Amino acid sequence: MTVAVTKLRVEDKLFQNRYLVDQGRPHIKVRPHEHPSANLLALTRICPAKCYELNDKGQVEIAADGCMECGTCRVLCEASGDITWNYPRGGFGVLFKFG
Amino acid sequence: MSGEKFDAIVIGAGMAGNAAAYTMASRGLKVLQLERGEYPGSKNVQGAIMYANMLEKIIPNFRDDAPLERHLVEQRFWMMDDTSHVGIQYRSDDFNESTPERYTIIRAQFDRWFSRKVREAGATVLCETTATELAQEGGKVIGVRTDRTGDVILADTVVLAEGANGLLGARAGLRQTPTSESVALAVKEIHFLPEDVIDQRFGLHGNEGCVIEAAGTISRGMAGLAFLYTNKESISLGIGCLVSDFAATCESPYELLEAFKNHPSIKHLIADSEVKEYAAHLIPEGGYKAIPALFGDGWVVVGDAAQLNNAVHREGSNLAMTSGRIAGEAIFEVKSRGGRMTKRNLALYKTMLDDSFVIKDLRKYKDMPALLHTNSRNFFMTYPKLMSEASKNFMRVDGTPKIENERATTAAFIKARSRWGLVSDAVRLALAWR
Ligand SMILES: Cc1cc2nc3c(=O)[nH]c(=O)nc-3n(C[C@H](O)[C@H](O)[C@H](O)COP(=O)(O)OP(=O)(O)OC[C@H]3O[C@@H](n4cnc5c(N)ncnc54)[C@H](O)[C@@H]3O)c2cc1C
Ligand code: SF4
Repeated sequence: MTVAVTKLRVEDKLFQNRYLVDQGRPHIKVRPHEHPSANLLALTRICPAKCYELNDKGQVEIAADGCMECGTCRVLCEASGDITWNYPRGGFGVLFKFG
Repeated sequence: MSGEKFDAIVIGAGMAGNAAAYTMASRGLKVLQLERGEYPGSKNVQGAIMYANMLEKIIPNFRDDAPLERHLVEQRFWMMDDTSHVGIQYRSDDFNESTPERYTIIRAQFDRWFSRKVREAGATVLCETTATELAQEGGKVIGVRTDRTGDVILADTVVLAEGANGLLGARAGLRQTPTSESVALAVKEIHFLPEDVIDQRFGLHGNEGCVIEAAGTISRGMAGLAFLYTNKESISLGIGCLVSDFAATCESPYELLEAFKNHPSIKHLIADSEVKEYAAHLIPEGGYKAIPALFGDGWVVVGDAAQLNNAVHREGSNLAMTSGRIAGEAIFEVKSRGGRMTKRNLALYKTMLDDSFVIKDLRKYKDMPALLHTNSRNFFMTYPKLMSEASKNFMRVDGTPKIENERATTAAFIKARSRWGLVSDAVRLALAWR
C-alpha cells in the first residue's frame, strides 16, 4: 500500500493549529499500568494528534497538548478505566479557525 | 446568574443547539445557552455541506448575510483503488437557481453567524463555559453546573446539544457513551488556493461548487469514506473510518489522509495549496438502532448527541438543525399549554420528530450500518479493485478481442467473491437500502 511520499510528522500538521493550553491541568490522564491493554496500545497509532506514546518501559504515556478533543480515546478506553477523560476548562484547548 | 431560572438551558452552540436556542428565544422563552469554546464553532468540525431547506425553516432569509462558500452544481462519487478511480458524476445547470439548495460552509464562521442570530433573538449566550454536570432532583433534571461556579443554574428544561462526544448525558446515565462500532473518526485539512485556480481545476464559474466523495482501497479495508469539497478560496478534504476498525487495524488516520492527498486522482487538484489547519472529529454512524432515549423529565437530546446522523447520505448538520428546531417547538408548545416539562409532556418532541424526515430517513437505512461494518473488506477493498479492473478492461484498446475482456472481468468478480458471494452481497445491499 502507498505510504506517505514525504516523511510525515504530525507535529508539523498540528503546528498549523491554534491551542490555548491550560498549563498543569491535563484533561486526559492515563491510569498507571505495568502492561498496556490492546486498546491503549492502539492509541499510540490511531490518536490523530499522536498524543499517546510508548515509553522505554513499554508503558503508554500521554502528552495532551496537541489534542483536538475528538473523543476517540474516550470511546475506546474510558469504560475500562484505562484513561480518564474530561473537556479542558471552558475556552482552553484547541481553537479551530475553520473547523 | 444565581437565583435566576430559565425556561431552557441549551448545552452547546453547534448546529443543533443554535437551532433549538433560536427557535425558543424567538418565541419569547427565556433561554441560556452554554458553549465551552472561546467562540461558537471553535470546537466544531464538518466537511462541510449545508442544506438550505432545513436552515430556511429556521431563518428564512439566511442568504442575506450567512457566510456561505459555494453552492453545489456538481457531485462526483469515486470508487478508488491504489492508482485509479471509477466514478459517476452529476452536474446540472438546474442547480444554478436563485435559491440554491445546498452550499459549502466553514463551520467556525457559520456557527459564529448562527450564534449572532441566537443572541439577536434574545437568548443569553455564554462562551468559554463548560457544563460539567446535570443537576437532578428525584430523577428530574433541574439545571446544570458549570466550570465557572459550583452553583446550579436552574431551568425547566435542559436541551442536550453537546455533539457526538457529549459527556453530560452519558455521565448522568441518560444515554450510553458511543461504542467504537457506532462512531467514525474523521480527520480533515483545509487547503488554500486562489479562487480562479479552484474554478479552473473543477470547471466552475462564480459561486459554483463541486464535491467529490470517495470510497475504496484508500480506507485500507476499513469501513470509511473520503471527501473533497470546494470552498471559495480553499478546499476541505478528509477521510473517516469506524473507530473499531482503526483500533483493530492500528492504521494511523494522518497516514491515511496523507495517502489520500497523494493519490494520483487527488494530488493535482490540491497542488501548490497552503494547508492552514488539521482537524479531527467523531461522526455518529450507528444509525436508527443506536438512537438513545430522546427525552425524559426535564430534558431532551438533539443532533449528534442523539446519534441523529445519516452516515449513508453524509448528512448530519441538517438532522441536527431539524431536531433542534423541533425540540424548541415542542418545548414552546408544552409551555404555552401551561404544561410542566415532564417526560410525558416532552414526548411531544419524539412524536414530532418521528413525523419528520429525520427519523423516517434513519429508519429507512436501519440495517445499513451493520451490513457495511460486517462486510467492510468486500465493499471497501474487493469491489473497488474489481471495478477498476473492469473499467480498465473496458477502456484499453490493445488488440484483445472485446469478448475476452468481458470474460476476464466476469472471471475476476467471481474469483474474488464467488457467484454466491456476489449475489448475497447484492441482495443484502438491496434489502438494507430498501
Ligand atoms: C469530518 C466531518 C464531515 C462532515 N460533513 C458533513 C456534511 O458535509 N454535511 C452535513 O450535513 N454533516 C456533516 N457532518 C456531520 C455534522 O458536522 C454534524 O452532524 C453536526 O455538526 C452535529 O451538530 P450538533 O449541534 O449536534 O453537534 P456539534 O456541531 O458537534 O456541536 C456540539 C457543541 O456543543 C459544545 N459542547 C459540548 N459539550 C459541552 C459542554 N459540556 N458544555 C458546553 N458546551 C459543550 C461543543 O463545543 C460544540 O460547539 C460532518 C462531520 C464531520 C466530523
Ligand atoms: S481526544 Fe482525540 S486527539 Fe485527543 S488524545 Fe484522544 S484521540 Fe488524541
